[in-house]
Amino acid sequence: MTNVLVLPVLIPLLTAIVLTFFRNSFIMQRSLSFLATAGSAGIGVYLLLKIQSEGILRLDFGGWKPPYGILFVGDSFALLLVTAAATVTSIILLYAFSTIGEAFERMYVYPFMLFLLAGVNGSFLTGDIFNLFVCFEVMLLASYALLILGGRKVQLVEAFTYITINVLASWFFLLAIAYLYGATGTLNMAQLAVRVTESGQGPVLTLISLIFLLVFSLKAGLLLYFWLPGSYSAPPAAIAALFGALLTKVGIYALIRMFTLVFHHSPEITQSIIGIMAALTLIGGSIGALSSRDIRQIIAYNVVIAVGFILVGLAAGNEVALQGSIYYVLHDMAVKAMLFLAGGLMISLTGKAKIGEISGLLRNYPALGWLFFVAMLSLTGIPPFSGFIGKVLLGEGLIEAETFVLLTLAFVSSLFVLYSLLRIFLNCFMGEAIIGSEEQAVLKKRTLLPIVLLGILTLAIGIGADVLAPFVNDAAATLIDPQSYINAVLDKEALLKN
Amino acid sequence: METLITLLVGVLVMVAVYLLLSRNFVRIILGTAILSHAIHLLILAMGGLKKGDAPLLTEEGSTYSDALPQALILTAIVISFAVTAFLLVLAYRIYRETGADNLDDVRREFDD
Repeated sequence: MTNVLVLPVLIPLLTAIVLTFFRNSFIMQRSLSFLATAGSAGIGVYLLLKIQSEGILRLDFGGWKPPYGILFVGDSFALLLVTAAATVTSIILLYAFSTIGEAFERMYVYPFMLFLLAGVNGSFLTGDIFNLFVCFEVMLLASYALLILGGRKVQLVEAFTYITINVLASWFFLLAIAYLYGATGTLNMAQLAVRVTESGQGPVLTLISLIFLLVFSLKAGLLLYFWLPGSYSAPPAAIAALFGALLTKVGIYALIRMFTLVFHHSPEITQSIIGIMAALTLIGGSIGALSSRDIRQIIAYNVVIAVGFILVGLAAGNEVALQGSIYYVLHDMAVKAMLFLAGGLMISLTGKAKIGEISGLLRNYPALGWLFFVAMLSLTGIPPFSGFIGKVLLGEGLIEAETFVLLTLAFVSSLFVLYSLLRIFLNCFMGEAIIGSEEQAVLKKRTLLPIVLLGILTLAIGIGADVLAPFVNDAAATLIDPQSYINAVLDKEALLKN
Repeated sequence: METLITLLVGVLVMVAVYLLLSRNFVRIILGTAILSHAIHLLILAMGGLKKGDAPLLTEEGSTYSDALPQALILTAIVISFAVTAFLLVLAYRIYRETGADNLDDVRREFDD
């Protein structure tokens, strides 16, 4: 039991509350928000190291022993994601500092970003399914506010669709929780796992698991991604990057957690449905990415493809495939943020968003062009960038599980990712320069710096895969063998008594 | 008693779905609000209704209500208030910006 476990949620939350009192002090807003996110990332790393020596950490709030109280559980999977989320958010904040503009800063954009991070980290760490719902709502309310900040018409309308769908999904989540409570009499995730194992996951529990699948798929954009491209392309680049990097990942985390810990007893139903949904997501995302001409839409559809790709690993369900999924989630957080920022920068520099209207940017902004190229290579999975290792492991896992259709679809979708991004690169960066050297807008170094940092991050994940390996292997081992998670949460006596 | 509550939940969900399927912003928002109440009642029913006994249990109390569903509903109600208020303000802002009170008209205005 360690109290440090609450800090990745508490630091952003408290900082955000403090910052609402200093609306006009931009220096304070910027420095405190950056310190908070960087601090959360640091604590994430500290906890990650601690887990390797001390095993899975647990924090019982108010000293209520599980299964009675609310608790946070920190295993390698959760803390890897916490660390990645906080790191990426701090880099996106750096980009926001130089681009987002005074009006946004006055309207509490940084506090909302911190609330979002607090909700995301809380969802990763919580060990209680109702608490997961609450953390989801914290995150979603912050995202609603961020989406409409600025109040352009298109934002308001996209926000209405996005919010209505998410509210519906939230009520379905609550419905699933109610059924689960009625069926098992507990909401603690570890105890749920025990009870579901005891009863052998009959048809009723499988049906409940499918409601959860529906809810989390809506949040993750697995198959039910129709709301995603519109709402991710409406807000300014920094906020879109935050959405693209974090929001769908929470849904993915919840799916992987629930279907490896609690509902893993009838894989022939749940996992094959997840497999089919992932396959359809890959196909739909690829079609979307190829058919749109708006840079932001293409990038948003790439988010969809990545969701399908990661959850193919869950459908395969063996340890190697899950390792691949975890690597790929970490990689995707960094690279999607990079892609959204680079795309947003292109749009803000030229004032145009269609790929046919921009050309020859490489002459004006060579650094931006090559950074976009790096993001593209990384997403496609070219070594030494970070996408490579995840794709290799996922491929191995899929071969091991003998799901060759998914394997083919997953790797063909990589080609579509390459093609859709190459289309942006060739159309916008190559060719005749449309901007003369006199009218060229100045690209400040500090605007480019965050994209460079994210580029370094993806290179570091790729080259430093050896350093990451023990953590990822530990995370995948915990997912494959839920007993270690259950043992860490429920004491032996409590297990016997129940 | 549980059967009665379940029927009530069914009726509420029916009303909510009808409202959600309409085009008007206010109707959609009311639909989500009613749906949330339906779900709250469902949670209560799932915890088991015990005909008016206090949720608190003394050391040797024999009949009591489950306190957990009530705690869950309390949290969920607060969240539903927040989201409904947010949606209402958003609908008002869309009305002020576009003069339309349903999604079709707003989209049409975009296309023009």
